[in-house]
Amino acid sequence: MAPAAAAHFMPPLDRPKIQVVPLRGLPIVGAAVLFVAFSIGFNWQWGLVFNHVVGGGLWTGIDLFVGLVIGPILGRLSIPSRAEFSARFMPKMVIIMPTVVMMTLATGFQVARSMGNLSASNPNHAWLVVSMCVVGVMAVVALGILEPANIAVLYEMNKPVPNGERIGRLMKRFIYTAGITGIMQIATLIIMTRLGSR
Amino acid sequence: MSSASSSPPMPDADRPYPPIGWFSTGALGLVVVGGILLASYAPRVAPLALATTLLCVAIGLLIVAAVQLSRLKVFAWGTFTTVFKWALLAYVITAGMIEFAFVHDHTRGSSLVIVTLMLVVFALSVPTTIAFTVARFADPN
Repeated sequence: MAPAAAAHFMPPLDRPKIQVVPLRGLPIVGAAVLFVAFSIGFNWQWGLVFNHVVGGGLWTGIDLFVGLVIGPILGRLSIPSRAEFSARFMPKMVIIMPTVVMMTLATGFQVARSMGNLSASNPNHAWLVVSMCVVGVMAVVALGILEPANIAVLYEMNKPVPNGERIGRLMKRFIYTAGITGIMQIATLIIMTRLGSR
Repeated sequence: MSSASSSPPMPDADRPYPPIGWFSTGALGLVVVGGILLASYAPRVAPLALATTLLCVAIGLLIVAAVQLSRLKVFAWGTFTTVFKWALLAYVITAGMIEFAFVHDHTRGSSLVIVTLMLVVFALSVPTTIAFTVARFADPN
């Protein structure tokens, strides 16, 4: 095989199949969904604030840590090391990120409503609308671009002979959108700390 | 080795497809904008004409994506179906949670109908994008 083509196709590895959705994590996701539902249903203020603050903190923290710390380290690893790390890391992200996003967004609206920030006459209203726009951009990037790529990479890695070039192409989506996500997350930190301190 | 062996062994998987993922992501983007519009007016009633227009265009984009999908002859339908149904389950739960929040907040009438339809578009568009992205690189069965 020519070197260029050989570089595109990773050799068959003696490795266990990747579980795209880690089933052991699903009970935790179920518990989080129930916690959010009960908090909204019973107007449980502590539950709403807990889900919003913890979910939002994890969402922002994980996004920035992965984008600014893990990503550059991963980029400097050898291809087999990168593949091995991704095979263990990405399935966990498949259940962690949608869960923290759900916790943050579902309760955020309720927290804003209970604090009166949704009212147009409230001085925080404009900040809140800006925050919704920031979240909207992040949602489209995450759900429309990154999550499909994440799952496609995991499927590709489960093939007997994964196509390294294709995985690299899909992973480029993370690099291209890292800047947008980083800026949006920093904007979220500024908006939320400003809202919390007024 | 022959020159044939230096070409990728699975050329079908990388051949160009219609921009189905972009249409479904476009539909998602429009309902997100519509959702922001409705939420930014809450608890007042948002201008429903603009929200309805965004919703109609989103539904149109989703229909275009579905039509283009149905026209694909060589495609990994098995993989698409498997991924789509699991993703649909996940996003129906997410959409259900958002719907619950709106109903709980006493959203009623036309606003609730528009929110519900936007959530239906949301719950269909994300699984479509995910399943198409995965299946386009899978071996057609």
